[in-house]
Amino acid sequence: MARHVVARVDEIAPGGRKCITVDGRGVIVFNVKGEFYALSETCPHKGGSLAKGIITGLVESDAPGDYQHTRQGEIVRCPWHQWEFDIKTGRSYCDPRRMRLMKFDVKVEHGANLVEGPYVAETFKVEVEDDYVVVEV
Amino acid sequence: MTTDQTRSWAGAIDCDVHPRVPSIDVLRRYMDSYWSETVVVRGVDEFATIAYPKNAPLTARPDYAQDKADQDAGRTAKALLDPHGFGHAILNCLYAVQMIRDEHMAAAFARAVNDWVRHEWLDRDPRFRASIVVPYQSIDKAVAEVERCAEDKRFVQALFIAGTEEPLGKSRFWPIYEACERHGLTIGIHAGSSYHHAVTGSGWPSYWAEDYAASSLAMHAQVGSLVMEGVFLKYPKLKAVMIESGVTWLPPFLWRLNKFWRGTRMETPWIDRLPSEIVKDHIRLTTAPFDAPDEPGMLARIIDQLPSEDMLLFASDFPHWQNDGDAMLPPGIDSVLRKKILIDNPLATYPRLTIS
Amino acid sequence: MPLDSPPAADSASKSTNRLAIVDSDIHPAVKSLNCLKPHLEKKWWDHAMTYGFRRRHGSPSVEPYPKSAPLASRRDAWPEDGSGRPGSSLELMQKQYLDPAGVELGVLGPLGNTGQGELNLDLGAAFCRATNEWQREAWTSKDRRLKAAVVVPYEDGYASAKEIERVGHMKDYAQVFCLTRSSDPLGNRRYWPIYAAAQDHNLPVAFHVFGTSGHPVTGAGWPSYYIEEGAGGHSTSAQTVVTSLVMEGVFEQFPKLKVVIVEGGFGWLPPLTWRLDKIFERNREELSHLKRRPSEYIKQHIWISTQPMEEPEDRNHLLDTLRWVGHDRLLFASDYPHWDFDDPFRAFPAGVTPEQHRAMCAENGLNVYRV
Ligand code: FES
Repeated sequence: MARHVVARVDEIAPGGRKCITVDGRGVIVFNVKGEFYALSETCPHKGGSLAKGIITGLVESDAPGDYQHTRQGEIVRCPWHQWEFDIKTGRSYCDPRRMRLMKFDVKVEHGANLVEGPYVAETFKVEVEDDYVVVEV
Repeated sequence: MTTDQTRSWAGAIDCDVHPRVPSIDVLRRYMDSYWSETVVVRGVDEFATIAYPKNAPLTARPDYAQDKADQDAGRTAKALLDPHGFGHAILNCLYAVQMIRDEHMAAAFARAVNDWVRHEWLDRDPRFRASIVVPYQSIDKAVAEVERCAEDKRFVQALFIAGTEEPLGKSRFWPIYEACERHGLTIGIHAGSSYHHAVTGSGWPSYWAEDYAASSLAMHAQVGSLVMEGVFLKYPKLKAVMIESGVTWLPPFLWRLNKFWRGTRMETPWIDRLPSEIVKDHIRLTTAPFDAPDEPGMLARIIDQLPSEDMLLFASDFPHWQNDGDAMLPPGIDSVLRKKILIDNPLATYPRLTIS
Repeated sequence: MPLDSPPAADSASKSTNRLAIVDSDIHPAVKSLNCLKPHLEKKWWDHAMTYGFRRRHGSPSVEPYPKSAPLASRRDAWPEDGSGRPGSSLELMQKQYLDPAGVELGVLGPLGNTGQGELNLDLGAAFCRATNEWQREAWTSKDRRLKAAVVVPYEDGYASAKEIERVGHMKDYAQVFCLTRSSDPLGNRRYWPIYAAAQDHNLPVAFHVFGTSGHPVTGAGWPSYYIEEGAGGHSTSAQTVVTSLVMEGVFEQFPKLKVVIVEGGFGWLPPLTWRLDKIFERNREELSHLKRRPSEYIKQHIWISTQPMEEPEDRNHLLDTLRWVGHDRLLFASDYPHWDFDDPFRAFPAGVTPEQHRAMCAENGLNVYRV
């Protein structure tokens, strides 16, 4: 496990995402209403890339004909077979017990703290005065 | 296990037996004067169905055909129940009430058929139970007929024919299910069609054999509809039995249903678990025909594909010619499963069997 | 040796002795209808512009069951430059699928406004012709791995046969293409001219799910949901094709005919075969035009595509079913660029041997298609 600085905070707007490769592994960092979450890029079903998956709300229901639509922007669907994953937890909705996306811890750190290390930021020039997204992989 | 146990039919509950209405004149006795006279005045013909041409091989096994065993309660008992020692037989009368276009006439014929079954079958042998023929051309009339017949606890099921105008999960049918659930009646969906449209999604086949084959395709539609429309969420005590359309088609259909659901959950969000799990709890299948190959050893693997062994209900499909002699179940079923299929599963499926 | 963790498509290209994949179902799309214009008589172009397309359902364009994704497509298959719909860019298809998956033979199956199912039979025939010309111009002439389908206006058996006569001799075409939801079951004699011409040209006839028959999708009427159409409607329409071809005697009449059933899954084929054999035994007199059991015709004449791959909870069920269908009868299909896409290296369950995998993904196809 190492902490990787993957983006400047203002690089990923709310509702946006950034795909990165960390230690050869595809990771997607999502900004959900100002909070950052990181999930494995590869769908656990058959390997579709979530980079192009549409981001949606969650629909739940208590009865036939009932549609409770909440949590807009918090669900990502695989572009292939359309499985839904909770961006905040990586949990799938079609097989919550067995299928989830690997989730990584994300922190926002001030540049001043990062300059001290330990972190990996080969592709970044970390400025003391900015905020950064740090993923633990 | 003794050989006897693996061969015995004692106490078996036969979930698909077909009494044949000898003629429309018999039904007239159970109609009010208007409908009875109408039959004569308008020259109403028998509502026979092309699903079972009178002399087609499947329609009646030769030995049953010979003495018209299916037209009389006593003869049916003698041909089927006595020699095997069956405990019960559930009568599914296939007089084609579902074909009628006029909902009032359909209701009159349904009443007549049900009363005929009650007086000339149920009253004549305590082993008989029956399905209510339901005139679902009108939902109100269907509910009324279910209510009327439900008072007699020997009616254990409401009968539908698989080739409906609309799939049976649609909410317009739900009042019927509400009544059935309240009365402890099971839903039975039998092979055949109302023939109000083509029997396949690609039109009318040339041969009877294709028509009969297609009834399992209509069953796919009915299972899909009942599950996805949420009928079993709304009526959690309800069970539906797919009658006389094979067993082995179901698992591959459930694989598809599950796979599609994983990608289309948002379309029917009330379905919050795998469709196959709902099927396991609510759908049952009768065993004649079974549609398994004769190769020994395969049957166990095929049954293993079903969500549960509890889903199988024994049926002879009398007088239809599914098999000869007493080969009424595919070979290779062990005595434990055999007892489940013959007795335990039917009892668990038809609550009224234990109260009446 | 079981294929426990098959390599992904993207890594396949790096492997040295990679499998030459034969894909029996790739869907090319027009960038816009204008692509067909050069291949149409003015009269038919004008007709389409004036009256639109009229098939046996209410809408000129919209599918009655909205899909799970726009145009039923993978979301990553839309060309990034906004130049068209999924399947319309050869370059993207190559980059995203053909090259990494190592496809050596990709058989095309055009869908959409191809003329199939048109109520105006002449309009239908004209658009089928145009679609067939366009496949050569835009696809097979540009990438030799791709082979076209002779798209036929199947509701008109004679016009269909004429179209097969017109282009069937050309090496660009690998199959004749029909849809499963026809107005009569496809073994009906009105369709026999198609089979006669296909047999003459040694072209297999593909029956791909979809179509607008004018009949309710199921024998139990019109269902409400896409899942019912997709999970039930498609596989049952494919079962109707198999039943009809066998029972109506098509394979007696055309003993060299090859048939490929596409995109309806395959798990249903063994149970259907068992069912048809039993029904045949009891009704030999009605079916006296058949000389053999249905299972024998199926085994000899019918191949079936693997997509969408069956995914039972217990993979042993799938391994059994693959065996019961026969590894020699199954043809890998990706359905690219559609949403229920299968990857040749990820779709099959662990337990499929490399030999079986090779048969389904490569060898069988080479036996079926005229290449
Ligand atoms: S690969 Fe993601 S849902 Fe199938």
